[in-house]
Amino acid sequence: MTSTTIPMSARQQPAWRKLVGFNLLTGIVLAVVGWLVGSWIGARIHAPSLDYFADTGENDIGILLGYLFGVIGFLIGLGFANYPIRRLMGHPASLAEHESEGEGIARYFRLCTDHKVVSIQYIVGIGVFFLVGGINAMLIRTELLQPNVHVFGPNQYVTLVGMHGAMMMGMMTSGVLGPFANWLVPLMIGSRRMAFPRIESFTFWLLMAAGVVLVTTIFMGGFQTGWTGYQPLGDQGTAGYDAYIGFFALVGLSMCLLGFNLIVTIITMRAPGMTWNRLPIFVWSVLATALLMMLAAPMLIAALLMGAFDRTVQTAFFVASQGGSSYLFQNLFWVFGHPEVYIVALPGFGIVLELLPVFCRKPLWGYRLAVAGMLGVALLSFFVWQHHLFVSGINADLRPFYMLSTELISLPTGFIFLCAMGTMWRGRIRYSVPMLFCMGWAFNFLFGGISGVFLSDVPSDVTTHGTFFSMAHFHYTIMGGLVFTVFAAVYYWGPKMTGFNFNERLAKIHFWTLFIAFNSTFGPLFALGLMGQPRRVVTYPTHLQALNDWVSISAFCIGISMLIFLYNLIWSMLVKREPAEDNPWNSKSPEFQLPTPVPIHDFDRIPVFDADPYPYGVESAPALTPARQGA
Amino acid sequence: MSEVNHWRRVVLWWLGTSIVATLLVVFLLAPIVPPGNGSVEASGQVVDNTVLLGISTPIAMAVLVFFIYALIAFRERDTSAVVDGPPIRGDAKVQTWWLVATTGIVLFMAGYGTVRLLADGAGGGQGPNPIAAPAGARNALQVQVIAQQWKFTYRWPSYGGVETSSLELPSNRMIEFHVTSLDVIHSFWAYQLGVKADANPGFDNIAYVTTKGPMTFDVHCAELCGVWHGYMFESGRVVPPGQFSSWIAQQRLHNVPSTKSLPPYSKQYFPDPQRRGG
Repeated sequence: MTSTTIPMSARQQPAWRKLVGFNLLTGIVLAVVGWLVGSWIGARIHAPSLDYFADTGENDIGILLGYLFGVIGFLIGLGFANYPIRRLMGHPASLAEHESEGEGIARYFRLCTDHKVVSIQYIVGIGVFFLVGGINAMLIRTELLQPNVHVFGPNQYVTLVGMHGAMMMGMMTSGVLGPFANWLVPLMIGSRRMAFPRIESFTFWLLMAAGVVLVTTIFMGGFQTGWTGYQPLGDQGTAGYDAYIGFFALVGLSMCLLGFNLIVTIITMRAPGMTWNRLPIFVWSVLATALLMMLAAPMLIAALLMGAFDRTVQTAFFVASQGGSSYLFQNLFWVFGHPEVYIVALPGFGIVLELLPVFCRKPLWGYRLAVAGMLGVALLSFFVWQHHLFVSGINADLRPFYMLSTELISLPTGFIFLCAMGTMWRGRIRYSVPMLFCMGWAFNFLFGGISGVFLSDVPSDVTTHGTFFSMAHFHYTIMGGLVFTVFAAVYYWGPKMTGFNFNERLAKIHFWTLFIAFNSTFGPLFALGLMGQPRRVVTYPTHLQALNDWVSISAFCIGISMLIFLYNLIWSMLVKREPAEDNPWNSKSPEFQLPTPVPIHDFDRIPVFDADPYPYGVESAPALTPARQGA
Repeated sequence: MSEVNHWRRVVLWWLGTSIVATLLVVFLLAPIVPPGNGSVEASGQVVDNTVLLGISTPIAMAVLVFFIYALIAFRERDTSAVVDGPPIRGDAKVQTWWLVATTGIVLFMAGYGTVRLLADGAGGGQGPNPIAAPAGARNALQVQVIAQQWKFTYRWPSYGGVETSSLELPSNRMIEFHVTSLDVIHSFWAYQLGVKADANPGFDNIAYVTTKGPMTFDVHCAELCGVWHGYMFESGRVVPPGQFSSWIAQQRLHNVPSTKSLPPYSKQYFPDPQRRGG
């Protein structure tokens, strides 16, 4: 039997009938209803009992409950309550996931448990918010064209900075695991689905709700804290800070569940023969990242809940005069925040090491070392967070320890570089677009890592901390590291995922413009930081204007480069629609042995693995059991 | 397969380029690396930056040279057919030496940084009980830096607790900054002096600096502290001791009425929470 023949009863319905049911439209309607209900309940609680509200004229309880109920309404409207309620009412558990059935575009606008649909949803959804974050960055650089305030006021500027940071660090945290891990992990380990398909879909819609919550901060006066949301500054903030709390708490929840789902999938759903030492290196990086996500995100949620309680019911976790401490938030935030930056970086390592064997036509060099590197980064990243607080005065005696642990992270990161270098050694390197992006990663991450040395050394950090130097450093590691590898993955797996080829010439133009503009933007920022420009300031000394203008113009070039990509994406995927081959890169990875587009149930028969996916250069290498030969 | 000794070529290229690059970086770039020689601590940071640049340049060159060499020497010249490279899956010797070398470098850098830090605190804030106090810290001139949205005030416990709105420091003198805040987290950053210390409400954060000759320095807030954070900067001066004495005497005289109404000097203040600032 072939699994692609799902009985579909094409019911004849009037058009309006299709809009009724559990879908995005219902979700939005119920979100608005939920918002109104939450605000109403908040308004009942407020006022007479707490005289504090009298001073502020603002009801944070109502706003936070509004967000909470709105999100719950959204999720109910999408149909996430159906299955639990059916089970509670005694209906038998069904092995079939009815949510994955159906065809056509409608599947992308509702709860769908097909991991391939969820990953496309993730790409588009995250892409939209990436665009919003990018536009924020363009606006920030527009303001910094002149040393004084000229386009935005200080409040708008600080809100833009915060939104850019939160959007990029919040939404893009799932930038690889959402789209690519969800799509690839089942195919790479030989499974037809994720361990918890409904949770998989849940994490996506939760993330979208979070993004919308963050955008609403514009209508609430913005937030003045940047993406770090430090208290007690946040405590002073207007209702816009409630949006920040809601946003990041939802992102944290989504992240935690996504990580949890991936861990369980990788541990329990591997096909026969997919032993731990045959696991593709990308899956290892996903596993390391997922562990970080699951363990780090609860810290963030806890910190934000304390902040929410401080703002609403007058607890004093972060208020020094009432026994709280501003350090508590900093510590909790960075216990989450430092693993977070590796959550962002690690999948990039996995993508690069997964792609290099294909484009160098060699097996992955030093597989175990690469695995050790990824797990080592993951482990060490929990022990370095106070390097963000080197000059804060907290635990100053422990600074030598944090200096050591921070610098130790360069060991496992060095493993990744060594494996990349070993894989290229005496290979037959082909310069396809994904390979170009991998090399872009290597260049950028090298300078990101080297500049990190200066930030990890306390005497150097005294000058560079909190300046554009540290900002340039983490843009080199995150934008130069993650974003470049995401584009490598988009060009590498994109045709396989969508079934349509990209225009290669535009892709090459995209790479070179992005690579040059990126370095031209963030290289000078190191100098600006050293010359004394702090982060997140709307004004700066006039003698820094020339360099700032250079940076701004380069940043606009990044924007243009991204528009080239967007044009290529729309032209190739929606207009030209040139069908992609099954295996355009001659990869030996299991996902490329499947037909394009990948059938709805992935494998006709669960494959059996008898080798790792890198048997390049081996004449009689046992090929992976081709799944399409099943049935 | 060509019999070129790739290893030797890479190593030679690396030696050549990294010697040139390191010399250029250490002798041309490092001397202009901030924060300059405004204070003993600032000079120390320049030394530190020079050492780190000297270590990291050859490392960066090693990776760069390798990648560029590999991308040129191992490129596929004939892309019409897919030909695989040799199935090398690792090399225990290379891996071991890499591990030994990187561990050595990291341990050296951490050790060096620790020694430099513990010598004088390197100008960084180190909490209420500093262990990295420079020699002679007992006789340091105490200056309290009180940060609030969006201004720094300076309080002088050894001059009758007078508060000044600008900062002047005597030259060639060790200063003990006590940094605290009245509302949210700020960071006191005296750029040319090489001092940075966060200001937390209810907390005393000590940083040492030993001034050199007369100069002007910039003071910035280096931690996002709200809407007007970008405007929280000013400049201070290091002046000869005689000029400083007359300046502080003048300030005391000028501020007699306001000093009387100030709260008694304390290392930390717990003002009522300013619930909604703006």
